[in-house]
Amino acid sequence: MSTDGQSTPAAEGSPRASVPATRRAVIVGANRIPFARSGGAYAKSSNQDMLTAALDGLIARFGLQDERIGQVAAGAVLKHSRDFNLTREAVLGSALSAETPVYDLQQACATGLETVVGLANKIKLGQIDSAIAGGVDSASDAPVVVSEGLREVVLDLHRAKTLPQRLQILARLRPKDLAPLAPGTAEPRTGLSMGEHQALTTAQWKIPREAQDELALNSHRNLAAAYESGFFDDLMTPYRGLTRDGNLRADTSLEKLASLKPVFGRNLGADATMTAGNSTPLTDGASTVLLASDEWADARDLPKLATVVDAEAAAVDFVHGKDGLLMAPVFAVPRLLARQNLTLADFDYFEIHEAFAATVLSTLAAWEDEDFGRTRMGLDGAFGSIDRSRLNVNGSSLAAGHPFAATGGRIVGTLAKMLHAKAASTGRPARGLVSVCAAGGQGVVAILESL
Amino acid sequence: MADTYAQLVNSGPGRNLARKLGLPQPAVLRRYEPGQPLVAGPVVVLGDTAGADKLAAELLSWGLDVRRHAVPAEKLGAIILVLDELGHPADLEMPVLAAAGSLRDLRAGGRVITLSRPAGEASTPEAAAARQGVDGFLRSLAKELRAGATGNGVLLADGTTSTSPSALGAVRFFLSARSAFVDGQFLMVSTEDGALPEDVERPLAGKVAVVTGAARGIGAQIARTLHRDGATLVLVDIPGAGDQLAAVANEVHGTALQLDITGADAGRRIIDHAVQRHGRLDIVVHNAGVTRDKLLANMDQARWNQVININIAAQLRINQALLASEHFRSSPRIVSVASTSGIAGNRGQTNYAASKGGVMGMVRASAPLLTSNGGTINAVAPGFIETDMTARIPFGVREVARRLNSLQQGGLPSDVAEAIAFLASDAAGGINGEVLRVCGQNLVGA
Repeated sequence: MSTDGQSTPAAEGSPRASVPATRRAVIVGANRIPFARSGGAYAKSSNQDMLTAALDGLIARFGLQDERIGQVAAGAVLKHSRDFNLTREAVLGSALSAETPVYDLQQACATGLETVVGLANKIKLGQIDSAIAGGVDSASDAPVVVSEGLREVVLDLHRAKTLPQRLQILARLRPKDLAPLAPGTAEPRTGLSMGEHQALTTAQWKIPREAQDELALNSHRNLAAAYESGFFDDLMTPYRGLTRDGNLRADTSLEKLASLKPVFGRNLGADATMTAGNSTPLTDGASTVLLASDEWADARDLPKLATVVDAEAAAVDFVHGKDGLLMAPVFAVPRLLARQNLTLADFDYFEIHEAFAATVLSTLAAWEDEDFGRTRMGLDGAFGSIDRSRLNVNGSSLAAGHPFAATGGRIVGTLAKMLHAKAASTGRPARGLVSVCAAGGQGVVAILESL
Repeated sequence: MADTYAQLVNSGPGRNLARKLGLPQPAVLRRYEPGQPLVAGPVVVLGDTAGADKLAAELLSWGLDVRRHAVPAEKLGAIILVLDELGHPADLEMPVLAAAGSLRDLRAGGRVITLSRPAGEASTPEAAAARQGVDGFLRSLAKELRAGATGNGVLLADGTTSTSPSALGAVRFFLSARSAFVDGQFLMVSTEDGALPEDVERPLAGKVAVVTGAARGIGAQIARTLHRDGATLVLVDIPGAGDQLAAVANEVHGTALQLDITGADAGRRIIDHAVQRHGRLDIVVHNAGVTRDKLLANMDQARWNQVININIAAQLRINQALLASEHFRSSPRIVSVASTSGIAGNRGQTNYAASKGGVMGMVRASAPLLTSNGGTINAVAPGFIETDMTARIPFGVREVARRLNSLQQGGLPSDVAEAIAFLASDAAGGINGEVLRVCGQNLVGA
């Protein structure tokens, strides 16, 4: 059975015998700062400030002061050019040992999850014994760039040697060159925003407005209930006066959500269903996850919540309209599950990132579609459906907000804790699936298992 | 928070002016730093009992410059009166007048310490009179001392001597700069339990200590002081204070536990965290507390209940879990933060004073429950301490409150922390069910 939905991989069934012996990578715990709506509590906080705060909370929770961690990896999607060493600077400003090596990573909204996957793989291979994965984003403190015209003039001036040369270069400047360019999240190859792309997908899969609003409502209700039960007490450290996610609306209702006007896909006429209520807002925040080998965690008497079992990345050709921009996980999950010999029925929890309510629903619709399963995934029929009561049970991005690179760490920390608790209460292992879509038609998915 | 007046009268012109006008002249107190000498000069041990001889020998073994009789005009660091065999008030005369002759030679920051017996255990009216007399004598003398000098007493219960481990521990604490803001107080040594530390600069080495309310103020300082003394720390505060808690944890190399202590399972979660992460639990400091001041006529249910729940009910519930736990049985220590408000009362603080009075009642009643494991439970009752909380008191009231004690100044959070660190140490193993005031001998509250 081919589980590749797109094109045939070069070498199917790689010889596992050549892979060196591996060990487990365990999730010890996590820490994030509450997510704030853009322009809110963290309006004056930089990515470095927030990532440092998230790191320091993690260090305090697990007593990692002056510890030399094997490697720290984090990143931001909206990044100033001065932040080329963002993660290293954050580590230097934290209570970790200054001898902790670091790398920055950028994979759009999948940044956070990809740092978890990459570092877990290093641990599995024995290259490092401990790691901190993370991500941060500030939509408030976003970089503002100068126009191409002004940029070229500045660079040419720098190279000029004589005064006449400099005057000549300056004379090229036009008033329009002086206007700064605001940050945008439009796809460079289509010019469409992420919301407009999802609107196309939403229309394609005929996702009704009511279903989107209901998913959004559940996200808020589940997140609010998680706060009420103290679920986040050991997953979060307050920051700048914020103790809960600023976007959370515990008292929202289907009526309130139904009253909002569509903001995406309005040129699609009657099909416009996506509102500010069932789309994630621009958000500021940071998250971190502590990963380790069993030996490292045991030597420090640290808890072990879950293991990072496996992961898969996928990308779709959204440029030519073959698939929707945010539909890459639709293909990544079947490939991952086939490799692990699992089905959707084998999972206790599903964490599908709510970029938009419609993204989650489009993904589920694609998996449940027999024709799509046959023609696009090479399956006998539909890939399958999930038990919706296992989906995003402690809320997701619609309620918490979505500081792009920080979302992966939020989900992994939340899921690891849920799996650990589930296993403790049922006495049998629990398994969870993480799915994160990303700009550029990408997606990363991963499997976690309880400890 | 800064005591501007004290700074003023400790500068040249300010000092002269204050002296001429007869204004209070608070001294700059000597405070503990690792490595400093225990006392600022020779120690005179007065008294002709065997207990006096034994104590003098012990102090000699600490490397102190010990005198059995004062040398005229020699500046002294401390005067110790061993009054452990008083049979009649007339027996006070010799040692007291000997001390009187040396008082003018006591250095700034000097110490006067009495060791005597509790009046309640006396077998004759004469002995009881003599013993109770020490109480009045010491408290009065403490009010006469100047320049940051303090007077405190050790009470030796039946079966204990001047060289019982905790008698020596208490003497050491009162001699040292750790007791800078403890003045006019008595501390009862009730048993021979306890042991002096191998390393006097790290008396809490190897201990795992939990401090509640550790995110700021006195709690954060308690954490720093216990860390300095060698303890491994678990820092507890409400989730909403997590960022400040993390900063303190990272400073003292401890672990932060975001937890509402009023939760039903708070005790279990504290024990689990300490044991799983640090392998043991030796010391619990109940510091978390709130004020919700209102005159009783204006008191509402929320203000009353919040203070009672956080300040005393939570401690009672956590102590139940501690006492039931198999992990809290190796000479465990509980130290609670009470308040002089709970002793003397304070207008507008009926709820707070009830809760802090409750803490003292709890400590006394819980003491026998810990003795079988060599454990102790004690309280520290701070007076006016310079914190963010007292900085919010209106200027005039604050300025008066600050001066209303023998040292004529507010204490520092570190003064409270030092007393707690002492009571949490092995050296205080024979001190149980006591309330030690850290108030500079506040004029109200006895």
